Amino acid sequence: MRFLLIEDNSALAAAVVDRLSLDGHVVDHAGDLETAKDYAATTEYDLILLDIMLPDGDGRSFLAHHRDKKTTTPVIVLTARSEVSDRISLLDLGADDYMVKPIDFAELEARCRAVLRRRGGGARNAIVLGKLEFNPASGTLKVDGTEIQLRTRELRLFEVFINAPEMVLSKPALVDRLFSYDEQVTENAIEVYVARLRKHLTGSGVSITTVRGLGYKLVHA
Amino acid sequence: MREFAFSLVLMLIAHCAAAFEIEDHRWFGADNASQTVTILSTADIRFFAPMIESFLATNPAVAVDYTVASSTEVMRAIHAERRPFDLVISSAMDLQTKLANDGFVQRHEPDGAHVMADWAVWNDMVFAFTQEAAAIVLSNKVFEDLAVPRSRQELIALLRENPDLFRGKVGTYDIRQSGLGYLFATQDTRASDTYWRLTEVMGGLDAKLYCCSSDMIDAVEDGTLAVAYNVLQSYAINRQDTGRFTVVLPSDFSTVMLRSVVIPNNAPTVEMARLFLDHMLGQAFGPTGNAALGQSALDQRNEASLHRIRLGPGLLVFLDQLKKRAFLQEWTNAILQP
Amino acid sequence: MTPPVAQGSIRRRLLLLLLLVSAAMAVLLYFVVQSVAQQVAQDSQDNILAASARSVMDGARSVEGSISVDLPYSALSMLDSVTDERVFYAVWLGPEFLTGYRDLPRPPLRDQSTMAFASREFLGEQVRIVSVGRPFAVHEGQVLVEVSVAQTLSGQRQTLTEISHMALAIGAGFFAISAILALLVARSTIRPLDLLTASVARRGPKDLRPVSAPVPHEMVPLVASLNTLMQRLEASLARSEDFIAEAAHRVRTPLAIVRTKAEIIQRSVTKAENRAALREMIHAIDDSSRTAGQLLDHAMVAFRLDNLAQETIDLSALVQDSVERLRPISEIKDITLMVTASDAATIKGDSILLQSALHNLLDNAVKYSPAGSRVEVALRCGDFGPRIDVRDTGAGFADLDLERLTGRFERGTNSSGIVGSGLGLTIAKDVIEAHGGQLRIGNNPKGGACASLLFPWS
Repeated sequence: MRFLLIEDNSALAAAVVDRLSLDGHVVDHAGDLETAKDYAATTEYDLILLDIMLPDGDGRSFLAHHRDKKTTTPVIVLTARSEVSDRISLLDLGADDYMVKPIDFAELEARCRAVLRRRGGGARNAIVLGKLEFNPASGTLKVDGTEIQLRTRELRLFEVFINAPEMVLSKPALVDRLFSYDEQVTENAIEVYVARLRKHLTGSGVSITTVRGLGYKLVHA
Repeated sequence: MREFAFSLVLMLIAHCAAAFEIEDHRWFGADNASQTVTILSTADIRFFAPMIESFLATNPAVAVDYTVASSTEVMRAIHAERRPFDLVISSAMDLQTKLANDGFVQRHEPDGAHVMADWAVWNDMVFAFTQEAAAIVLSNKVFEDLAVPRSRQELIALLRENPDLFRGKVGTYDIRQSGLGYLFATQDTRASDTYWRLTEVMGGLDAKLYCCSSDMIDAVEDGTLAVAYNVLQSYAINRQDTGRFTVVLPSDFSTVMLRSVVIPNNAPTVEMARLFLDHMLGQAFGPTGNAALGQSALDQRNEASLHRIRLGPGLLVFLDQLKKRAFLQEWTNAILQP
Repeated sequence: MTPPVAQGSIRRRLLLLLLLVSAAMAVLLYFVVQSVAQQVAQDSQDNILAASARSVMDGARSVEGSISVDLPYSALSMLDSVTDERVFYAVWLGPEFLTGYRDLPRPPLRDQSTMAFASREFLGEQVRIVSVGRPFAVHEGQVLVEVSVAQTLSGQRQTLTEISHMALAIGAGFFAISAILALLVARSTIRPLDLLTASVARRGPKDLRPVSAPVPHEMVPLVASLNTLMQRLEASLARSEDFIAEAAHRVRTPLAIVRTKAEIIQRSVTKAENRAALREMIHAIDDSSRTAGQLLDHAMVAFRLDNLAQETIDLSALVQDSVERLRPISEIKDITLMVTASDAATIKGDSILLQSALHNLLDNAVKYSPAGSRVEVALRCGDFGPRIDVRDTGAGFADLDLERLTGRFERGTNSSGIVGSGLGLTIAKDVIEAHGGQLRIGNNPKGGACASLLFPWS
């Protein structure tokens, strides 16, 4: 996905850019409102991450400006302020969601999904692989035209695999992507979810194979 | 009417340095009574006894010491000699008023059980308990063939027309002696000039002069007098049963005297005095009022011709020494014709 | 908030002053009326006395060189015509006493043909005495006849009693009317103050605009100070909010950097011990940032509670919003977050605070529930008012002592390993109690905790 990060603290911005890149996202960083407006005007983003306190003005003015241009790109506001004082007015001004710093990237991912789902898909099309058809926006998976009901974690695990086909994903990496930091999980949990997912994918021509000692990878037979 | 057998009392009173002259005295009630009401009065015992007896009937433990004296003597006893009496009863309204005016009398609040007429009280000091008219008493024997005069004018005309018949047989008060006589005379002159004409006519007929009404009634009864002028009607009515005389209230005007009572300042037993006074007012004005006190005879008469003497300082005028001297001088000139 | 110390009341003080003045005026009026009337009564008595004395004097005649006095009957009786009076008189011919009361005091005559009055005591009573003089020609020349007449004062006393009563009635009437007027004056005087009070009291908690309605001249300084105070208050409020926001910003931004870097590093680390250490580090960062957040939230809540807003809140919308806000987080843990009942209910209050309260309860429920479990939210209108129940299927509260749980920095005894400062319940409790409701906690019979916000009907 393509993100626009509007954040004046360059250290934090750099860290966020690096972190999002790890998951395969492309991130443009704007350090002030003027740059941000330029970027937003020239590039189509899947999502804008907006810090609310900026050197040349309040992030709220960007929100107002953004909504005036009738663009559909969703905005998630990053705030370091108290939840109590900012919440209502941010949403009133047209932010799709907001997060309080520090950013839990698992949460960010979840919120992005939720926002995109609410927005009805954004720019991306369905992914088709053999008999398998996946709509990342709505999170629906069809095998042979039949919709498969996935639980949240199964769906997320599938997303991770489908976004990196033919790549080996280690168990620790999958734990990082799947669980939040306050959950005490072992790598066995991954095996359980992988087993469930394999079951759902039976007969789709797509399978998850074990790469001994390294992890798993999604293959298309 | 003088009662005898009171020489002992006279001696007793004389023993107490009696400078004033008493006429009569009687002790009512038990000898050993715990309390005594001493009364100095101008009213005859016979006249006043019913009042005392009715009082004793309701207050048996009390005795009443009743002394009679002429109004002038009463005045002397109280005003000059300061004799201690609980009650002073007098027909001489002017003297009673003077006692009160000169501060010899204490005020009294009647117990309120009866409604008192306004004219009957002066300054809460002098209380009238009877009203008695001055009447003309005519001997029935002399007037057998004569028309009974109804007014002073008729009397004057009658006397003038029959000087021989009435010479020496006309009597009236000697106002030099009698306080009541003086009061009647002065009030008569205030009401009308007829008094002077009558006095002159009486003087021309060698009028006899008396100290008291009782004596005049006696004189008419025994034939000494044919006409007695200014006799207390109440006394006369009391004795009319003899049938020897006729009592006439003059129709032109009748001077009405109020017999009154006061409580002197130095009354020895003030509480008893007040009790007795209230009893008297109750008798006079209450529902059980005693008609014998002369009220009934007046009631029948037209109020308009009543000349009720008013209690008050006006009465002091004729007590003024200059005034009195002048009045007596004029009266003497009229009645004692040489 | 400490109620203001009331000392005295302007209305009462004004009323009291006006009443005092009225009372003083009434008393003054009483004395003036009485003294004037007394004078009039005295004068009329003196007139009668003078008439009496003159009529005695008219009875004085010079006959052949000597003086005789014929006392007219009416001279004394006129003094007794209305009330019973004791009457005294004396007639003197120069130094020679003629008649009457020799001891009667005689007010000295200034010259021969005038009259003089005096009030003295005679024979035990107060009397008013008049003396009149008239020169007569006799053999020896001129001699002054002096007539003194005196009377007691019972009539005057009676008149004075009547006058006194009348004066008292006039005074009392005056006072009564003045009292009513005073009441009206006090009310009308205090009215602008009442109006100002009402207009300030009607304002919302955030309305710190200066008072612009016209006020009487005397109240201008007060209103000016009030406006200044409100200006300062507004500034100070803004500063407090700014301060809290700034503090949050300063704390969270470095935390955000550290956390992000830690996550990046974790991706490249494969050794199990290192991964565990990094996990603990991130966990600690989350813990401290959450603590900082809740501390600041708590400060903000306390700040807002002082001036509680009274807007109309649709509770079902509020529940829906809060649930949606938390849904992404619950999804991470594979927790099913669902609204099982949503009756229509509106209340009056501060929606931001209520949202915060509910958010904290939901947050706790999601935090303390195991992965794959359910958290149910129900909004129902009970007999006693709307209530919001949040049920989870976690371990439940080991300790149901709400007082202890909501003490600052308290945490449930079985919450080890879960990020949370314990301020969540405190915030929820403070908010709901400020709205007149209460927070209830309990455990479900089938396991799991239940926290409820109970609202009163408003």
